[in-house]
Parts: sequence; structure tokens; C-alpha cells
Amino acid sequence: MKIAVCVKAVPDAAAGRRIDEATKRLDRSGELALSDFDSHAVEEALRVKETSGDAEVVVVSMGPERAIEAVRKTLAMGADRAVIVSDDALAGADLLVTARALAGALEREQADLVLFGQQSADGDGACLWAAVAEYLRRPAISQVSELEVGGDAVTGKRQTEFGYERVRAPLPAVVAVSDAINEPRYPSLKGIMGAKNKPQERIAAADIGGATTPRTTVLALASPPPRGESRRIEDGSAADAAQAILEFLAEKRVL
Amino acid sequence: MRPSDFPPPWRVDEAIAQPSDDEPIEVDFLVVGAGPAGLAAAIRLGQLAPDTSVAVLEKGKRPGAHLLSGAVMRPEPLRALAGEDFPSYGRVPGEAVYFLTASRAVRIPVPPTMRNHGNVVVSLSQLGRWLAEKAESGGAMLLPETAAVSLLVDDGRVVGVRTGDKGRGRDGERLGRFEPGSDVRARVTLLCEGTAGHLTAAALSHFGLQGSSPQVWALGVKEVWRVARPLRRVIHTLGWPLRAGARYREFGGSFVYPMGDDMVALGMVVGLDYRDAELSVHDLLQELKTHPLVRGLLEGGERVGWGAKTIPEGGFVALPRAFHAPGLLLCGDGVGLVNVPALKGIHYAVESGRLAAEAAAGGDLASYDRALRESFVWEDLRGVRNMRQAFAGGFWRGSLSAGLATVSRGAVPFGDRATEPDADQELFRTDRASAYPQGDGKLTFDKLSSVFLSGNRTRDDQPNHIRLQTEVPRTLAEMWVRLCPAQVYELAEPADGDGGGGAPADRVGVRVTPSNCVQCGAISAKGGRLTPPEGGSGPEYSLT
Amino acid sequence: MKLLVFLEHHDGAVTKASLGVLAKARALGDAAGVVVGSGVRGAAEAAGGLVYAADDERLAAPLPAPRVDVLAKLVRDEGFDAVLFAQSVLAADVAAGLAARLDAGLNWDLVDLVEEGGALVGKRPALADSVWVDAGWSSAPALATFRSGTFDPASDAPAGDVRDAAIELEAHSLLAELVETVRDEDGGGPSIEDADVIVAGGRGLGGPENFVLVEELAAALGGAVAATRAVVDAGWYPYATQVGQTGKTVSPKLYVAVGISGAIQHKVGMQGSGVVVAINKDPHAPIFEYADLGVVGDLHEIVPKLTELVRSRT
Repeated sequence: MKIAVCVKAVPDAAAGRRIDEATKRLDRSGELALSDFDSHAVEEALRVKETSGDAEVVVVSMGPERAIEAVRKTLAMGADRAVIVSDDALAGADLLVTARALAGALEREQADLVLFGQQSADGDGACLWAAVAEYLRRPAISQVSELEVGGDAVTGKRQTEFGYERVRAPLPAVVAVSDAINEPRYPSLKGIMGAKNKPQERIAAADIGGATTPRTTVLALASPPPRGESRRIEDGSAADAAQAILEFLAEKRVL
Repeated sequence: MRPSDFPPPWRVDEAIAQPSDDEPIEVDFLVVGAGPAGLAAAIRLGQLAPDTSVAVLEKGKRPGAHLLSGAVMRPEPLRALAGEDFPSYGRVPGEAVYFLTASRAVRIPVPPTMRNHGNVVVSLSQLGRWLAEKAESGGAMLLPETAAVSLLVDDGRVVGVRTGDKGRGRDGERLGRFEPGSDVRARVTLLCEGTAGHLTAAALSHFGLQGSSPQVWALGVKEVWRVARPLRRVIHTLGWPLRAGARYREFGGSFVYPMGDDMVALGMVVGLDYRDAELSVHDLLQELKTHPLVRGLLEGGERVGWGAKTIPEGGFVALPRAFHAPGLLLCGDGVGLVNVPALKGIHYAVESGRLAAEAAAGGDLASYDRALRESFVWEDLRGVRNMRQAFAGGFWRGSLSAGLATVSRGAVPFGDRATEPDADQELFRTDRASAYPQGDGKLTFDKLSSVFLSGNRTRDDQPNHIRLQTEVPRTLAEMWVRLCPAQVYELAEPADGDGGGGAPADRVGVRVTPSNCVQCGAISAKGGRLTPPEGGSGPEYSLT
Repeated sequence: MKLLVFLEHHDGAVTKASLGVLAKARALGDAAGVVVGSGVRGAAEAAGGLVYAADDERLAAPLPAPRVDVLAKLVRDEGFDAVLFAQSVLAADVAAGLAARLDAGLNWDLVDLVEEGGALVGKRPALADSVWVDAGWSSAPALATFRSGTFDPASDAPAGDVRDAAIELEAHSLLAELVETVRDEDGGGPSIEDADVIVAGGRGLGGPENFVLVEELAAALGGAVAATRAVVDAGWYPYATQVGQTGKTVSPKLYVAVGISGAIQHKVGMQGSGVVVAINKDPHAPIFEYADLGVVGDLHEIVPKLTELVRSRT
């Protein structure tokens, strides 16, 4: 069985995520680390591999060459191979450009199961997997908090706003896992040392059908609108304070 | 009452262990610590013995994450080892030393030991990242997020280290993602742990290598600011906000260094032999910024970095009597190779790392000691060997004594003076804290904001890595609360409802929040003990 | 401008969030809704105005792929300039799939949409709400999802005009099947990540036994309970409820901070909240610097009284 995991190297939170004034895009010039959300996907892939007894875990990522460090962590955790799509033509990629590039790399791999983390730590809510699944013309199951992999199908338990569902899809399928699904393992020291020797392939846009053009743009940046006057209640009885809070909540229409 | 009257529940030899792993990792040379000493060693080993395996363990998230210094560095040793293109903010453009009072700044001649002509301003954290890349391209394997928790000794010989477990919970229990540490074995282990090194302390004790005088430390707290106008000189200050009287024993001063045209580094360094329980180096730095001289430099600027770290200040008399043992070499700040009057240590670390690598590659560890003693490191440290101790008598007597010692190449009447352990200083209390700024969020800040800026995101449910007695007299507890720049310690008042009420009448409880810890090491000097937490914890410095 | 709004439905009615987006779309131009499912004509009618209904047994399960097919066909047949969604688990998947199908740009997590110089511009907060971004499209149609609850439904809907939408499903759209659905009867309230209202307790509560004050206020407001690092460290409340730098990041419409000092480590976990009310006895607590309403007083007295008032009002 071949399991592909799509991961992203994102600006490390400690370095201070900021938007580059000039390009109006996330400043990716600093340290990159494996997105926390994606580590759950890698962990799930490793668990599936461990239960199935015979599977290959390939990590696929799109990003600058520097991203290799972050991706190497997945190899240290236990993934077998990494494929990085790295090309200047893909800088400033939006959802569709990224999805198409990943789909191109995944088509090369012909994986049985493609895993994603639920969210991109720097994009807040992008649903890359749905676009990738559409390009691959395969079913996708998202928000999966429990995954069962059978011989030729997967069943995912997924959380929704109303409760949960179980959805079954035949392989090959795309699954996006939530961070509730597992606790990602720490790479062992041996894993870290062995990671360098595992195959890491870099492919260019040309290898996967070329880069497409973004369909969305960032026009401008602004400071958030001011929060408005903040009010203070300091004197008076507790009953007065409670009443004032209630009126405030009603006024703000959050009651 | 002294901190040493309440020693922490810790034994220095806890960190000595027998090898026990059935499947150890084997390398030829093991370096503990990816700082200037360790990385210099790794680079040199890559040059001398390219066919050997060199592993560098680093407890921080990445090389540079735990590195902090002023810093003005003498560049020659690094250039000779690794070339010209290391990151720096250029040569020291000019310098000035001021004696401060609360409102004035009196310019004084630059003491000869402090002259910085020809030196360069660097960020040690950035330098560490660069050195790590160099070491890796020379073949070294860098293993960040990996703490070395015990020194493996087999039959009197150091055979490697044991790395720390990951994934333990608050009470030491194994969590779902528990990963045990490993034994890493090597022919030669080079301990380059930096200040208050965990394994270094164990090694010095186990092999009986301690020097004639105990080590003492200073705590440095530093900020990096983006500024509106370039600073064109390196500035050092003495005097305010420190107090000159002998009873206070407040030795230290501040620095302000330009980092290019648009940033400055500034910091406050205070010896940990201070006696006033209300002294807080973090807050002294905040006070310093309100001085007209400093405030003017920061006007229109923004704080972009913060950190804290201790500096070993014992100098020559506190050096170990030997720097090697079977299978072991000791380098850098971990063994106190710091020139206190000149405020220099980085180039000594680089030199000691290089010499250690040469001895290791040549298979003759004793030759390291010889090489160190014949190097400029030894000569420099010997020449300033009594200066720090001179300040035990307060600022004025100390300056006089230090000044005389410059002329005498370090010698003082009646022989070299011993240092006294910081934890042996008697504590008293003044109302020093009443002068600390509240924290306006623009010029001055509170400790938690500072910890946030250090990049510290340590997970909260780790075991507590601080060893401390937690029911102690109030004055001692308050000293710890003020001492720690990261607000790790708080008084557990009975009103809080979580433990303070259980202490006997003359004691208070101490609450520890280990996840705030930036691993500066100050607690180890003054009555507690810092042990390495899970690898990857602590600050994530990038500009310090 | 012709806009199509995806109307998600539950229990026979279109969701309030979707109706809100529909109202916004109507303010921007000619808007139509589309409801996809089985037995949904009633919901489509009730939504009011022009609404397409794709009503088929095969569409009963709330799975995204068949909805992509329906919307794609509708867009191609009717020529919509924009397709709008209220953010939800389902909507996110549909929007992204549709974007890929139509090669159309998708901007998500928007809190507003305006027309500037003939083009649509979406407004969204980014980087934990610390900066706002103007997002545009360089394609047609423009796809957008909106943060849940951003817009209010129209107070009165126009008369319903329901039309059938063509249903042509691709083979791969029917591969996934819903095997089981379990409804959350009483999940104990919303999780803190989804909650519209959060009441958080800090060390000022004094002890774990006082968390009941927080719980009761949260229940009265229909919200979730959260905790600060300090009280989680002390074992007063579980780590799953911790808000902050090393806990969860939340952005409810209302955040009530009870006995919380508000250090930056906490702030970064909730600074995206709509309205922040803080109750603390220390007038210098940092939380008052970013609370919309700061109440200096004894929480042990104020909170129970507030709970009572909220209960009697609702």
C-alpha cells in the first residue's frame, strides 16, 4: 500500500509570523517548520503503515528549497521518502495553484491513500484537500478523527457541527485528518540521524505539467479596525455591575 | 540567612550514569552544545578528520535558540577557523563608557581592559545558526531538540551521554507520545554546554577537576530594539541603577551596542553575589531605559527581542585544574573561559573548541590542556584574574583595586583572591522594588511580556525541571521571585487557595511555573538547580 | 452582479448563517440561493426569493462532491459572477471542490464583501486577527466563504420563487457514502473552538470549587467554558479548555474573562474575539487594556448576579 501525506513547511510561530509589506504575502523568509496540523497526518500515515505491515509512506510538499529541513522531520518520524515540488514559478501560489501542483505530484506517485492535515497553520482554514481530490477525481473525507483502513476502502469518523458521521470511500481516496485523531510521535534520535539517508526528491513545476496562474490576489493590508472605546465600571454594587454588563451585552447584540 | 542554607534536592552526581542502552547510537566524536565552542569543535573535526562521524547535541529547538550574548567579539579566532563571511554588524564604530547617576551620564575614559578597537558586533544567536550550517556542510550531524541528561561513565572513562526522554507528563508519567532517551556513545565526548552546564558540573565533581575557587555568575538580561536613529558607538555604563556600597555587592553595568543602522542591543549584567532580596535584574534593565541617555536612544523605536542568560565570572581562579579526563574534553563558558573586565568569551569559546578538536582528532586528550595553557586564552585570563573579586569591597574600592591590577598584570597583594559562592551571600531586604517601573508596554515591560518575546512556547504539562525547596523563609522566596527574569517563581499565598496555607508559620510556599523558564541558569547560582527540561523547550532566540 | 448563495440546511430549514449570506448577496446585486438535498423544497421556499432546489435521493447525505456537480452546472448554465458560502465543514469542502472544478479563485474566512470600482473585494482578518487583508479575484466566477455568523438574515424574506436545478452527477462524486450519522444530543455545549460565547476562568476564582460560577454563566449564555494556563497548571480545570499561546486559539463573538489577569500569553489565544468583557478585582490587570468592557469588582458577587439576570431575560 502506498500512502502519500501532503505537508507544508510554514513560518515558525516563534519567529513571528508577519506579512511582507511589499509582496503582501506571508513573509516566508525566516525559519520554516512542519505545520503542526500536518504532523497529525504524518502520524496517522505511520500508524496505518504499522498496522498494515507493508506500506510505503511518501511525504509530498510544495515550497522553497529551504523547506527541506521541515520536511526532513517527517522522515525522522518514520516516513520513507520525500518529494518536494520546488520552483520559483510557484512562488505566491494560491489555493488552486498549490492544489494543482500537489495533484500533479500525487499523480506521479499513484498513492492508494492521500492524507492531509486539517488546516494550514499559516493560511487559516484553507481546504486544499477538497481541491486536490477534485483534480484527482477521487472521493475526499474531511475532519476525520478516527480512520479505519480496509483492503480497498477507508472509513472516516468525522466531527461536524451537529455530531458525528461515518463516511466510507473506496481507495484511492483523499482524507483530511483533524488534530483530534492522534498525538504525533517525537522523532527518535535514530530516526533523526537516519532521515538524511532517506530519498528526497526535488521536482520542478515542469515535471508535473507546469505552474498555473493564481486566481486570487491580495490587494492591500490594513490594521484591524480599532476596537472602539473600552468602557470601565469601577464603582457601585455588584448588582449594578451585573446590570451594566447585561445592558452592554444587549447593546452589542451578543446576548 | 543565605540561600545555601536551603540547598535544593539535587546531587551533582545524579548526572553520572552507566551505559544501559542495548542499541546505543555510536559516533566517533560527540559534542554536547551547539554554541560557539561546540560548533567550532565540530567544524575543526570536519576539517581534520572528515571520515569520522561527529554528532552535535543541542537542547534548544535549533542552533541559536538558546544562544545569547551582548556581543562584541574579537574576530580573529573565528576568521582563522571558518573564514570571513560570518554574520556580523560590522566593526565597533566608536566607543564610550559612562558612569551614570539617576539623572546624569558622566563620560569616563575607557578602561584599558575594555577597549574594543578591531572588534565586531555580532548576534550570538545568528552566529550560532551560521556556525551550525558550516559544521553540517563539514559533515557534522546536528541533533537539535535533544538534551543530554547524563554523562555515561564506564570503568572510569567517559563513553558518551544519555539523552533525555520526551513525552513525560507533569508527574513524570509517560504520555501517549513518550519517547525514551538514547545512549549516544563516542570515543571522545566534548562538553560545550555553556554557562552552568549540567554534565560539566557532574564531570568536574566526579573526576575531581574543580579549580581552587568556586565558580560565580552574573545574570545578563538583554533586549533588542528596532530604533529610529542609528547608534554609532558601543556604549558601556557603570553606576546607576546599581548601588556602590559594599554591603550591596552589586557588581555589573549595562551595554548598548548598535546592530547595523536600525537596531540596537542593550542589556544589564549584574553579579549574582548581590544581597538585596528585592534586586531584579529584569527590572533594573527596565529602569535603565528610563535614564535620559538610554531613553533618547530608544525614542521612536520598538522592542523586538528579549532574553536572559548567566555568565560565569570566576575567571582564572575558578578554572578547573584540568580540562580533560579519560574520554572527555571541556570547553567554553561551561568551564568559565570568560574575561570579565573585557566582557569577552565568544572568541575563547571558539579557540577552546578548536584546540579540543585538535586534541581529540590526534588521540591525545592531555595535549588539549597543554595547548590551552599555551594559548592567548590562558594569558588573557591570567592577566585579569583578580579583578572580579576586587569588587567584593564595593564599587569604589573595587575600581581602585582593579585599576591597580591592570598595571600589575593581574597580581594583587597577598596572593590571588578566592571567589565566594553566590549562594553563600547573606540576604537582606530593602525597598528596592518600589522604584521598578510598572511597565507601560512601550518603553518598559513586565516579565511575562518579556518571556513571550523570547519565543518561549514550552508545553505546560512537562515535568518540573527546577530543583528547589518549596517551603522556605519569606526573604529567600522573595529573592527567587525577583531573581528570575522569567517569572518562574511566585509566592504561594494562603489566599490563593492552592498550597501556601500548608507551610509552617515562618515559611512561605514557592510556586514554580517551569514552562516560563528561559534556562538562564540564575537559580543554580542562588539556592536552586536548573536541570535540562525536555529537548526543544525554552526560548527560541533569533536576534540575541 | 449575479450572485449564487449556497444555502446549507439542517432539520428541514436553511441555516441562519446561510440566510445571512443570502441577505448580504441581495444587498450586492441579483442573488439566488441554491439548496441541495432530498426533500428540500420546503426549506427552499421558506428561504424566500429566487432559490434553486436540487432535490434528489442521491443528494440526501450531506457530502460535498455531488454538491460541487450541482453548483458547477448551475454556474455554467446561469452565468453567475460570484458564488458565496457561509463557512461550515461542508461548505468549505464544497467551495474548494467547486474552485478546482471551475478554475475559479476562492477567498475564505471573509468578514465582508464590497464592490470597489466594479470588482469584488473581500475583507478578512489574518495572523490571529492582527492584520486585515483586502482579497481580490482575478477570475470569474469569484468564490467566497464567510466567517460563520458574519451577516444577519433579512428580517423579512421576499416571496419564495423555487426553481429546479439540473442534476448531473459525475461518477467520482458518488464514490463516498454516508454509513452512519450520530447527532449530538447533549454534547455538554459547544466545544470552545466552535463556541460563539466563551466564559473563561482564571486564578482570580480562588479555587477549583469556584469554577461552578463560570459554568453556570456559560450555560445561561449558551456558551463554552475555558480556562487559563495558570488554573490548568494548578489542576483546577482540564487542559482541553486552556486558551492561550500554549493552549487553544478561539475567536467567539463574546468572551467573558472572569478573574483573569490577561498576560500576553493568554491574550494571543483570544484576541480575535468579537466582544471582550473582563471582571477582575485588580484595576491594573493587563486584561483591562484590551477588554471592551472592564469591570473592577468581586467576581464572586458579580458573576452569580449576572447569571441570574441572563437567565431571567432568556
